[in-house]
Amino acid sequence: MKRLTLFAGHYGSGKTNLAVNYAVMLKEKGFDVIIADLDIVNPYFRTKDSEDELREKGIELISSKFANSNLDIPSIPQEMYRTVQDKSKFAVMDIGGDDAGAIALGRFAPYIKEEDSYDMVFVVNFYRPLSRNAEEAMQIMREIEAASKLKFTSIVNNSNLGELTSADDVLSTSEEIQKLSELCGLPVKFTSVKESIYNQLNNKTKNLFCLALQNKIF
Amino acid sequence: MADKVLMKGNEAIAEAAILAGCRHYFGYPITPQTEIAAYMAKKMPKIGGCFLQAESEVAAINMVYGVAGTGKRVMTSSSSPGISLKAEGLSYMAGSDLPCLVVNVQRGGPGLGGIQPSQADYFQATKGCGHGDYRMIVLAPSSVQEMASLTVKGFDLADKYRMTSMILADGTLGQMMEPVSLEDALVNEYDKSWAVTGTEMKRKKNLVNSLSLDPEELERLNFARFEKYKTIEENEVMYEEYMMDDAEICICAFGITARIAKNAIAMAREKGIKAGLIRPITLWPFPVDVFEKAADKVKAFICVEMSMGQMIEDVRLATKCKKPVTLCNRVGGMIPSPEQVLEKIIEADKGGNE
Repeated sequence: MKRLTLFAGHYGSGKTNLAVNYAVMLKEKGFDVIIADLDIVNPYFRTKDSEDELREKGIELISSKFANSNLDIPSIPQEMYRTVQDKSKFAVMDIGGDDAGAIALGRFAPYIKEEDSYDMVFVVNFYRPLSRNAEEAMQIMREIEAASKLKFTSIVNNSNLGELTSADDVLSTSEEIQKLSELCGLPVKFTSVKESIYNQLNNKTKNLFCLALQNKIF
Repeated sequence: MADKVLMKGNEAIAEAAILAGCRHYFGYPITPQTEIAAYMAKKMPKIGGCFLQAESEVAAINMVYGVAGTGKRVMTSSSSPGISLKAEGLSYMAGSDLPCLVVNVQRGGPGLGGIQPSQADYFQATKGCGHGDYRMIVLAPSSVQEMASLTVKGFDLADKYRMTSMILADGTLGQMMEPVSLEDALVNEYDKSWAVTGTEMKRKKNLVNSLSLDPEELERLNFARFEKYKTIEENEVMYEEYMMDDAEICICAFGITARIAKNAIAMAREKGIKAGLIRPITLWPFPVDVFEKAADKVKAFICVEMSMGQMIEDVRLATKCKKPVTLCNRVGGMIPSPEQVLEKIIEADKGGNE
């Protein structure tokens, strides 16, 4: 079990939703966990949307005070260093989209590499434009690795069409995620699906991860 | 895999523009529309197009002016404060009768305002934007799918009438994700013998210009332009009527607030109140006739707007004030809830307001 789990990927691939759910899962398994928002790209749809739920569950949130405010200021709070310096706690790091978002992670890369206890997860939704197939996804992976100065260690299939996703929509991406796995030589950590179709897929897909969707109110 | 794509409204606009044959994009980043520029930056170099981040909105709109003069499909996008900066260029393009597409993903104002959604640029979009007598075709999408389809439509109308089409969206529509199916757009060819493309010494030169030294000539140009606007008012009006057959209360809303209105209408009908919706899709030309006809049928109109009440003026004009028209609004980046709209519907049904 690695101490750090980093979720990075294409803009809008579902990293934040995954990070929140993953942190909750770790907490429920008894790990002392911090969730950290490193997004410097998007001022909306942030880890902070789940602030109340995280607090209730006793998960500490490190997030810019400008997240979800009326100020579009890309910033990372100084407490972010705790994720790499306080080794008594597990941490889930939510990285901003694409190479533009991954730049912020580069600052912490030397510490992460030195400790060498991390899983850097590439999140892919094959229904998103510019990542429609394994080849396009690979290109984004390489761009993120160059910007963050870290190598991915696993991939997650988060293919979905939002609330309208059917079980078939997910199943029909299984070939593409296998192809990506072969192309990049990394294991598929899991396939993540929303609660309402989890049962339909549970016996058809291995390593299925159940997602509670964040409730975003503008 | 399904042929649908999960897109943000902003991305849908960008991809639809490319499908419509647009190969020139000039812009300057501003939240909440930056994804349009980001998408173009990634995609244009791959398809031999031009993405250029200008030094300012003023520069960007003048680059659009330049490409429009050559008859190529061209666009820019911004959000409210940036559109104000583009107003001068829009007026010059109107004066030069050039086609282009401009996208405004509105945010709260006035001034720098905030980054949350708004509909308070209705006046700016429909009443001229820059100086002088002119109109822009203003299209108001209400879903991510419509962000795409109206972008294609906008380019077509711009070319057809040699004028600016504006997509008037808001931060919600720009940022929200929905499944979209994008098909190859049917691109109509229009006569562009006016374009400045080099004469090769084979024809008389064309001139793109908004300056007239002779006032009589300038008057003639204005009259001719308004004849064209009349044709557009007669032929290009688009709107959606929703549950209007038996409606006694008519909600008037465009864009994102029309979706909220539909929820409120369902709630009202559960309570036995017959509410319906007229959703203008073209804000200019405004769907005057459908409102005028509705005024003879319904008890009252409620305008649901994310502004201090702007479209309400056009609704009052169209209905000739035959029935009460009231406002249900939130501003500054706040969004009305279906419950707030329902409350207004109940009030109007009782005849308690106006």
